Amino acid sequence: MFLNRFDYKIDFMGKRSISMALSVLLMAVSIYSIFTQGLNLGLDFTGGTLVEVGYKEAAKLENIRKVLKENGFAEATVQNFGTSQDVLIRIGKHEESKDDPLSSQILRILQAENKDVDMRRVEYVGPQIGKELVEKGGLAILYTLLAILIYVAFRFEYRFALGAIAALIHDTVITVGLFSVLQLEFDLTVLAAILAVIGYSLNDTIVVFDRIRENFVKLRKQDSIKVMNTSINQMLGRTVMTSVTTALVLIVLFFVGGQLIHGFSIALLFGVIIGTYSSIYIASASALALGISKADLMPVQKEGAEQQEQL
Amino acid sequence: MNQYPTWKYLLIASVIFICALYALPNLFGEDPSVQISPAYARDMKINEQVQDRVEAKLKEVDISYTSIDRNPRQLLVRFKDTDTQLKAYTILKKALSEYVVAQNLAPATPDWLRSLGGQPMYLGLDLRGGVHFLMQVDMETAIRQDEETYIAELRSRFREKKLRYKGIHRVVDGNGGIMVTFSDLEVAAEAKKFIEKQYNDLNVQADEYSLYLSFTEKALKDNKEKAIEQNITTLRNRVNELGVSEPIIQRQGEDRIVVQLPGVQDTARAKEILGATATLEFRMLANDDDEFGSRLYKRRNGEPVKLKRRLIVTGDQINDAAATIDQRSGSPAAVVRLNSEGGKRMLQTTRKNVGKPMAVVFIEYQVETKYVDGKKIVNRSKTEEVINVATIQEEFGNNFQITGLTSREANNLALLLRAGALKAPMEIIEERTIGPSLGKENIDMGLLSIVLGFLSVMLFMWMRYKNFGMVANLALLSNVIILIALLSLLQATLTLPGMAGIVLTLGMAVDANVLIFEKIREEIANGNSPQSSIHIGYEKAFHTIFDANITTLIAAVMLFSFGTGPIKGFAITLSLGIVTSMFTAIMLTRGVINYFYGGRNLTKLPV
Repeated sequence: MFLNRFDYKIDFMGKRSISMALSVLLMAVSIYSIFTQGLNLGLDFTGGTLVEVGYKEAAKLENIRKVLKENGFAEATVQNFGTSQDVLIRIGKHEESKDDPLSSQILRILQAENKDVDMRRVEYVGPQIGKELVEKGGLAILYTLLAILIYVAFRFEYRFALGAIAALIHDTVITVGLFSVLQLEFDLTVLAAILAVIGYSLNDTIVVFDRIRENFVKLRKQDSIKVMNTSINQMLGRTVMTSVTTALVLIVLFFVGGQLIHGFSIALLFGVIIGTYSSIYIASASALALGISKADLMPVQKEGAEQQEQL
Repeated sequence: MNQYPTWKYLLIASVIFICALYALPNLFGEDPSVQISPAYARDMKINEQVQDRVEAKLKEVDISYTSIDRNPRQLLVRFKDTDTQLKAYTILKKALSEYVVAQNLAPATPDWLRSLGGQPMYLGLDLRGGVHFLMQVDMETAIRQDEETYIAELRSRFREKKLRYKGIHRVVDGNGGIMVTFSDLEVAAEAKKFIEKQYNDLNVQADEYSLYLSFTEKALKDNKEKAIEQNITTLRNRVNELGVSEPIIQRQGEDRIVVQLPGVQDTARAKEILGATATLEFRMLANDDDEFGSRLYKRRNGEPVKLKRRLIVTGDQINDAAATIDQRSGSPAAVVRLNSEGGKRMLQTTRKNVGKPMAVVFIEYQVETKYVDGKKIVNRSKTEEVINVATIQEEFGNNFQITGLTSREANNLALLLRAGALKAPMEIIEERTIGPSLGKENIDMGLLSIVLGFLSVMLFMWMRYKNFGMVANLALLSNVIILIALLSLLQATLTLPGMAGIVLTLGMAVDANVLIFEKIREEIANGNSPQSSIHIGYEKAFHTIFDANITTLIAAVMLFSFGTGPIKGFAITLSLGIVTSMFTAIMLTRGVINYFYGGRNLTKLPV
């Protein structure tokens, strides 16, 4: 089933124009969708009330909708959540009364209709909290990118750092784009997943960069493109293995982890795939486009030389 | 080549052993139990008498318990099943009404493990069920109320000092403040001097006939601090009423309070209680002869006290209270500051009653809304308790102190005096309630994901790297054990996303081993000997692993600083998992490989 060693000689860099075109297309679609359709933001960001209830048997959504409408909650959205017994009811902006919270009103209405209803979850997010989270979430992504840029610039050459950031922005935009195109619910856990994707994708990129740096010194006679190709091919075994193990656990999480973290596992799974692709193509190709060459790595050469002596 | 000194093997083995020990408490499950603890800010101890009362009561109704543990903070009675627990809870709640009696699921950690400090992980609300409220304190109203108190006070002080003013009012627009106008320039100047001397928390701006007073930056800050602290104190008092075993009431940011009540399902009732209003009353003790003008009250310990019906001062007339040391006797005391109205009434009363006892009554109003046949029925109940009786030593007005207390009592009394009412109104801006069934399901799904994720990665690693793969799997298993041990020791909150973080760590932690093993294969393919390939593989992969992990760590730390509850849980497990994986994937696997393959003459490697 497996080759003993992924001893490939794939000309990745030679096909970089194709991959660049593909990436630009994906990013364009993502950005277009984000601006036209927007995101299906979850309660965490929009504010509102959410009630999840469980029934003993399959729930009759029509009945629930009807009683809610009769009781003045015509705008409530009612849908199954995970199983046919579980029902999720969302209410957007509705006047919240201090003495009698909306969630209690909803539960009472449902209990009157069917006694066998079990409260599973209630969430209320005030409008000010939602706004804050949008702001804080955006800032968290920005700060993360910035901190990483500084770290990579410090550890590598700035062109590598820019390449890595290009890959990260690429991954973030396309993952958010997926949520926009498919109108999947974008909540706090998805945001957390995207930050984790940033960490993961960068991890991948750095491993490849490390090898490129090493090979620039080792394979002095070869041109930049060749060095990059060799490096990527050498690391391909590792890249594939790690992506597969990570993807495996995420698939498990998607199927077993429950409805609450579906969005989370989708974002991570997709992000890992995109991240793997970007660390192969986008990061290296960007560094190359910025004109990275052996000469830029002269200060690092010393470190590489030392390592060679050790051998 | 490739041999560790014995101490290194021992170090690795003992780290694993200790971690396994501290991960162990998570395997023992929980006992249904009833927890009895002192009500907040009341001077009660959980002593032998309490235990005796509990034991006697349970014996009386013939309920058997499996164990009973007592420490100064709580008494924990464990039962064999939840039915017995519920029965015992109902009875004990009635019998020990002055304590907080709560149903609880106590960790069934064996004693020997507990004595080593072992305890299971702390589960978040999304796993154990319960209510989370985020409350916003309305600071503007708090400041406005302060200004009004000052206006009342200034009015009477001006009168006292014969400083005739024309008008005094709150400035409604802009930054607020107080405007005092005079008809005489000299009086205005004198008043300015007076205020500057007496009130260092006020800024005074003079403009001919008028003075504009505003709180100094420091006073504003202090007032805000006080408002939020007092609200927290009030909330703590009220949570007592709910009988929650481990409530969390914490300040968040400048003007917010988080309330977490594990196990509470009835949010409507929780909201009612948290929003309840309480107050205080000062009354004289009744003599034996005024039968008609008196009423019977109860003290904290149940002892009856007869108080006069005539009210001296109420809680809303209390401006401030604090614990202090009496200047004359050097003993602890509680200072109380009343507003002008209250001060006047207090002066009148104390003038006539020197040497007589006065009582402080704590009154709590509760609103309970019930629905019977769809009709709303509101029950308002009132609880009254005498919290302190003290003898009047001399006449006093606005400022007085209550002595004859221990320093603890003085602190508590001051707290209760302040906690009588919410300093500033609050609004619930976020609520998250998780039902018990969902919490349980979340745990089950989380666990299943961890087990299945683990097995699939193990299988995959074994298929690709054979024996070396199994070494990586051993490292992975150790990683989970260490992670669980750390989470248990740190008592970091484990949430559902936190469990997802563990699963993700499983997938990512093998990366280090993949890097090392691929490098070893590469070196072998380059014609190196097996031993030197192992050596180079580990040496050269280290920098890459370190670099790569640091970046994920950066993302995790950012996530931690930004995230709320459940998300923080994810950030914690992810970052801990990364750090521990560095140890297991590098040191531990190296140790195992050195032990089995090091120093031998190998012709090929099972990698």
